[in-house]
Amino acid sequence: MSQKPDSQTAILESLNTLKTDIPRMDVGDTINVHVRIVEGDKERIQVFNGVLISRKGRGVNEMITVRRIVEEVGIERKFPIHSPMIAQFEVLRRADSRRAKLYYLRDRAGKSRRLRDRRRGLKHVAGLPLAGQG
Amino acid sequence: MLLMGTKVGMTRLLQPSGESVPVTVIKVGPCVVTQVKTADKDGYSAVQIGFGAMKARNSTQPQIGHDAKAGSDPLRFHREFHIKPEEASNFELGKALTVKDLEGQMYVDVIGTSKGKGFQGVMKRHHFKGMFASHGTERKHRSPGSIGSLCSNRGYGGGLVKGKRMAGHMGDERVTCRSLDVIKIDAEKGLLLVKGPIPGANNGMVMVRPATRLYKSKAKKVAAAAAK
Repeated sequence: MSQKPDSQTAILESLNTLKTDIPRMDVGDTINVHVRIVEGDKERIQVFNGVLISRKGRGVNEMITVRRIVEEVGIERKFPIHSPMIAQFEVLRRADSRRAKLYYLRDRAGKSRRLRDRRRGLKHVAGLPLAGQG
Repeated sequence: MLLMGTKVGMTRLLQPSGESVPVTVIKVGPCVVTQVKTADKDGYSAVQIGFGAMKARNSTQPQIGHDAKAGSDPLRFHREFHIKPEEASNFELGKALTVKDLEGQMYVDVIGTSKGKGFQGVMKRHHFKGMFASHGTERKHRSPGSIGSLCSNRGYGGGLVKGKRMAGHMGDERVTCRSLDVIKIDAEKGLLLVKGPIPGANNGMVMVRPATRLYKSKAKKVAAAAAK
């Protein structure tokens, strides 16, 4: 009963070991998500490529939404970033975003969808610090 | 057996398989055996346990003395559970019960006090459907409607039968969550992780006991799994 709130959060956070090798990813970046897929006793990696349009939650609850266009149909997938089913994140291209959530991309088609990605290009990808270090 | 603890809060556990399991963390014990009741002396066999540190000045003299007999500082909560007379030798005065005593259990029951909701209408309290949004309904959209006639309320004496569902105080009552899956027991930190929610607010006192009897659907599931 006499517990401090801090110690409660500390207990809850100590239950999961979080990944430390997640690259710095910001909303607007184009990323590759390497997803582990288990079929029977075989395991393979599937890559999901798209634009990071939302990042929400803290700690073990942190989720990202990645949007890609397949045959003119928008596909969005959500990933818990600390899930063991995700082998790796790769940042392919970084972009300036003036919004924290890029939901407006859902209403865009054609060129207006692509414009935003280009501003800074690839030059910022090299030598990026890991999350939490930069 | 019964143990007391505090609800720490909820989180999720990410399993190596990628599964995300919602868990409630309970900090269990240590509970001190404050009295062992026997059939000879008290008329029934039971064990009384105490839990939760408390300042002596907030306790009472008789209570302080009672806890001191077990060699303990004043305790906030005291609860009893019945035992068979021959089990009494397992519990001696001052013995500490911890989460270790739950090890090996697959299912537990958790008893707590639900969050108080105050005075609530029938839609929230009893899941009534309310009345029409339109079709001439005026200012009665969330009301219960008819509560029956003398005939359907036949309790003799002309009034309503007791327990007629109506608006009133909701929550802040004893709730038992039966047959919760035990996900993990951390004896070192005294933590018990059960699957899903449990009653009450964080930091509230809850009681944990080994599942007395699985509820039907779960018992079926367990039996099916065992048959495989």
